[in-house]
Amino acid sequence: MSAPDKPKIRVAGLTKRFVGTTAVEGATFDIARGEIFGLVGPDGAGKTTVMRMLAGVMRPDAGSIEIDDVDVVADPEQAKLHLSYMPQRFGLYEDLTVDENIRFYADLFEVPRKLRDERTGPLLAASNMEAFRRRLAGQLSGGMKQKLGLICSLIHTPQVLLLDEPTTGVDPVSRRDFWRILYSLRESGVTILISTAYLDEAERCTRLALFHEGRLRYCDTPKRLKALMPGTLLAITSTAARDLHKALLGRDGVMSVMLVGDGVHAVVDDADRRVPELSAALDAGKIPHGELVRVTPSIEDLFVGLLKDEHAS
Amino acid sequence: MRLGRIRAMAVKEMLQVWRDPRSLMIALLMPVMQMALLGYGVNLDAKHIPVCTFDREGSQFSEALLKRFKSTAYFAVVETVDNYRALTAAVDGGDCRIAIVVPPDFSKRLSDSGASSVQAIIDATDDNSANLALGYAQSVVSGFSADIAVQRAGMQGQWMAAPAALSLESRVWFNEDLVSRNFIIPGVVAMVMALVGSQLTSLTISREWERGTMELLVSTPVTPMEVMLGKLLPYFAIGFFDAALCLAFAVFWFDVPFRGTVFTLFFTTALFLIVVLGLGYLISVTVRSQVGASQIALLVTMLPTALLSGYTFPIDQMPALIRAVTYLVHARYYVTILKAVFLKGEGVVELAEPILAMTIYAALVAVLAARAFRKRLE
Repeated sequence: MSAPDKPKIRVAGLTKRFVGTTAVEGATFDIARGEIFGLVGPDGAGKTTVMRMLAGVMRPDAGSIEIDDVDVVADPEQAKLHLSYMPQRFGLYEDLTVDENIRFYADLFEVPRKLRDERTGPLLAASNMEAFRRRLAGQLSGGMKQKLGLICSLIHTPQVLLLDEPTTGVDPVSRRDFWRILYSLRESGVTILISTAYLDEAERCTRLALFHEGRLRYCDTPKRLKALMPGTLLAITSTAARDLHKALLGRDGVMSVMLVGDGVHAVVDDADRRVPELSAALDAGKIPHGELVRVTPSIEDLFVGLLKDEHAS
Repeated sequence: MRLGRIRAMAVKEMLQVWRDPRSLMIALLMPVMQMALLGYGVNLDAKHIPVCTFDREGSQFSEALLKRFKSTAYFAVVETVDNYRALTAAVDGGDCRIAIVVPPDFSKRLSDSGASSVQAIIDATDDNSANLALGYAQSVVSGFSADIAVQRAGMQGQWMAAPAALSLESRVWFNEDLVSRNFIIPGVVAMVMALVGSQLTSLTISREWERGTMELLVSTPVTPMEVMLGKLLPYFAIGFFDAALCLAFAVFWFDVPFRGTVFTLFFTTALFLIVVLGLGYLISVTVRSQVGASQIALLVTMLPTALLSGYTFPIDQMPALIRAVTYLVHARYYVTILKAVFLKGEGVVELAEPILAMTIYAALVAVLAARAFRKRLE
């Protein structure tokens, strides 16, 4: 969890309780300048609560948040000058046009008119939205709405960008636009904290924090997280994936089985020993299957593996 | 506090009102409709009160008296009966509000002693109309008896003796024609402005919560004061337009005499607008759903204004405890001011007391409203 320079964001012991539940418990992590830091985990894991506390719109019950030298808990208004937050639910005005929304947020951040106009053009161009400047935000597609949200949050050139599931429900083309913008922001030194439900996006982050039931379970680069995963992942294609899934479940040496598009992913403790064993067993059970291929786990496999591991212990 | 941010909020709010049919209706249609409804609906003058007559004598005098009931605009003789049972039925059945019975010895007693009496039976289920009917009946009868006295004096060869040694001549001030509309309409203006004003702003914050735009708004550096001022400014302009519309309606359509100055009117209206808009805003900040906020705004403005502002029921006739409560009703001061400006032509100096009270009210609401809004999600 070490960051090269002095961290841009330092979070320590962050805790938030709601009536009856603890949403976030003792989360501690640092984010370096220029990182794309991913928050991942199932729904209700506490990602949104963490985002809100970092954005200064929700007060933590315990713990500290520092962005540069600003204490976000004590002085959220100071922090808000340098960050942008994009909530999970579309937060712009649907009865205002694209231009009117941009203008409104630029004015709230006191961006001079000339500067605003200079920035608006390239931002709209980068998101392929120039043709929609006069359209009401409510009449935009889901993807365009999110891109407009990003434009509005970038109009004052924030140093820190907090994005809560910005690409959920967004078409693949818009998602690609979105990530292209994020990469270019990163190059100009913007620090990005993003939560996502898409694990292919998680792989693009410099580091990932896996939240589960309010706790930060793992925090590292995607590559090193994958190395953490015990066992070896096997991909097995099959025309009868369900039967295959059933046949593998609970067998000696099989740690987990997960249905994927064209078959199953199974994690085994010792591939050299188990591949011939399983292959023979499947043949004996007359279950149609392709070759048992060793693959590098995706983030999704990783989480299923890691969280399962934890439940077992 | 930054002017640029206030202006941005105001422009945004104005665009939203302009594009929202519901807000537009509250802003433009509601005042006109309410002025028309309340202005025409509330009328305390009684005319053509249905009356039933029972002449037990049938003399020249009795007929002359009843003829007066027929000829006045206050009454309309709907039934002439010849027994008490029919009379009772007419009153019970609601055919008439008042029944006049002339006794069989009416003219005999009149010629014997110079004094006689008639009986009036009044349906007093509505005490206000009953009082009015009784008053009008008394005036018809006393007009008749005065004429009789003059006639008798003439017959006795005396030259125009005074019908009574002393007579009370009352002179009504400020509302010379005793037209109830003249004191009701200024109250209606206050009522409409109280309703419309709070309705306008009751949606402004709750709408942001409901549509999910608040989370983003509170993450920007905008201050609560800037939010409040930016949001109230457009509604202040709309409210002023509405007030001008209602006041013009009162003067030019309902012909209410206007004796004060336009300055006093607009100055006090501005103060009242701050109170009602601020109140709506305060409710909107506290209640996070649009429907809830709108209902509560209706409840806290409508009932107190209708009942306790002196708009329909005079405050000085209320029990002491209720009278004390009326000091909390914001419309009380505006109703007092409007009536005085319209009918008495009073200015800022004469109205110092209610103006001061309203200023304190406005300041209080403004402070509470400014402090109620927090840039937090919980």
